[in-house]
Amino acid sequence: MATDIVAGAPSGVAPAAPPRPPAARAEQRGRGRGLLIAAAFLLPNLVLLGVFTYRPLIDNIRLSFTDWNISSPTADYIGFANYSEWFTSSASHTVLWNTVVFTAAAVVGSMALGLALALLLDRKLFGRDAVRSLVFAPFVVAGAAVGVAFQFVFDPTFGLVQDLLGRIGVDAPAFYQDPDWALFMVTVTYIWKNLGYTFVIYLAALQGRRAELDEAAEIDAASTWTRFRKVTWPQLRPATFFLLITVLLNSFQVFDIIDTMTRGGPLGNGTTTMVYQVYQETFVNQRAGFGATVATVMFLILLVITLLQVRVMERGQQQ
Amino acid sequence: MTTTQTTTDRTGPRHSARAATATTTAPPAARTGPLSRLGGYAGLLLVVLLVAVPLYWILISSLKERPDIYSVPVGWIPDPLTFDNYSAVGSGVAFTDYLRNSIIITSALTVIQVVLGVLSAFALAFLRFPGRSLVLLFIIASLMVPNQITMISNYALVANLGWRNTFTGIIVPLAGVAFGTFLMRNHFLSLPKEIIEAAEMDAAGPLRMLWRVVLPMSWPTLIAFTLITIVNEWNQYLWPLLMADDARVAPLPVGLAQLQDTQGLTNWGPVLAGTVLTMLPILLIFLALQRHMIKGLTAGAVKG
Repeated sequence: MATDIVAGAPSGVAPAAPPRPPAARAEQRGRGRGLLIAAAFLLPNLVLLGVFTYRPLIDNIRLSFTDWNISSPTADYIGFANYSEWFTSSASHTVLWNTVVFTAAAVVGSMALGLALALLLDRKLFGRDAVRSLVFAPFVVAGAAVGVAFQFVFDPTFGLVQDLLGRIGVDAPAFYQDPDWALFMVTVTYIWKNLGYTFVIYLAALQGRRAELDEAAEIDAASTWTRFRKVTWPQLRPATFFLLITVLLNSFQVFDIIDTMTRGGPLGNGTTTMVYQVYQETFVNQRAGFGATVATVMFLILLVITLLQVRVMERGQQQ
Repeated sequence: MTTTQTTTDRTGPRHSARAATATTTAPPAARTGPLSRLGGYAGLLLVVLLVAVPLYWILISSLKERPDIYSVPVGWIPDPLTFDNYSAVGSGVAFTDYLRNSIIITSALTVIQVVLGVLSAFALAFLRFPGRSLVLLFIIASLMVPNQITMISNYALVANLGWRNTFTGIIVPLAGVAFGTFLMRNHFLSLPKEIIEAAEMDAAGPLRMLWRVVLPMSWPTLIAFTLITIVNEWNQYLWPLLMADDARVAPLPVGLAQLQDTQGLTNWGPVLAGTVLTMLPILLIFLALQRHMIKGLTAGAVKG
């Protein structure tokens, strides 16, 4: 990408440069002025991130030790009561389990399918450009719209899924009554919507790989599987690490699909993930202090996972 | 692979010829056997069915009359075809208001984020000042903090400021930009050093340098950044849901969920029409400019 932008540029710009002043003076002047200008350029963004990302992150920890209704001006300090409630309640265990299952399935499912699709659509097949666009399209659509639409797609009496299953003589599972099937349903919907992302990342990685290696492997008469494992897969490692971090962060945060499809139900918390629990405790049950506790726990989990991934990635790069 | 013995001696010349002409990676020759091609097209067909059928079904259902939506088995062609659901969307909820709000929120956030992102990236890439790497870390690390964690405290703050049910309340807390800053900075750093240094020696002011030298070499990345921002902001759901009680400032996804609340289950027609109307603008933008958007999304990922 960078190369084609740059290619024509030097001839157009370089001749216009006038005689240069002594380098040292320019350097000094650049430094003094640089600080002022850098501040002017950066401050608005830094203030916004500070006030609306980092301030609430810290404030959240304070709030997690309180009993607080979000519309009340005062919050009562109650120590670790919220934490002991969260860690001991069986509802929280269900929520944690839902989060783990949903996230793991979303990460593994969308990455495996995205890679398979990328391998398929990297081949020279008629119509592949149209199919590439089609696969990516759901990713740009609002999650809330997908959730609303797929509530009807999975409708037990008039939906698409029950109709298709009926044609092969299978009764549709109770997607809106059975918590396991409900979780399955939102996971499938999430993967359907977000598959385009893992697909384009893997496709770009495949297109950027070194064809000579593939050819060499081919001359060695390696089988397709061996060639993939020994030649292609190692070249996809940076893309895989990148996806692991971003897809995990994104799927951990899913809210719109769950809110529009199941409201966290059935049976109270059948599809409630941690993010949904934060929302529900804070804004539906009016227990903002407890919501902040769940949010803090969630952040700690994300922090540990991300740090671990960065460690692993750094180790991978050193080798 | 059964064809390898016969292809080995032929692959050499064929591949080098292809490598010279084609820009994409040449697929291994062994895969182009008829059986493998057939498998490829079977896969293609499966993908099309899995992605397109739900979309098609939502579209045709929105064009059906009410009794046809609630009939078993499902009909694959709307007969008779009607646009009644689309006119009913507007009578169910204030759909045009939601559309207007979506346009206002998305345009404002896109302009603000692109300007702030470009300025921040320029400072991080070209200006020398103490603590630059810390500032970069401050910006990138914020990518790791989801809105869902900050929303409680932000809600309280914005409510205290009296910003609920205002565009300010929706826009300002979402206006900080981390991903775009990172994307633009990486691109700026990839620009040829000689040109940047020449411009610096030229003692052009930073704004002039940005406008005259840096941006003209950055349009593809800038367009990608803009598109990604438009898509993200158009699809915002949780924060506007918390900020807006009604159609005065709520954007389309929130309006759609409200439509689903009032009409869903009993009257799917208008809800599905609303869904199609919510998806359509962004799909059209995407179809026109997808190459640019994909470039931006893949920029950071592949180099590792």
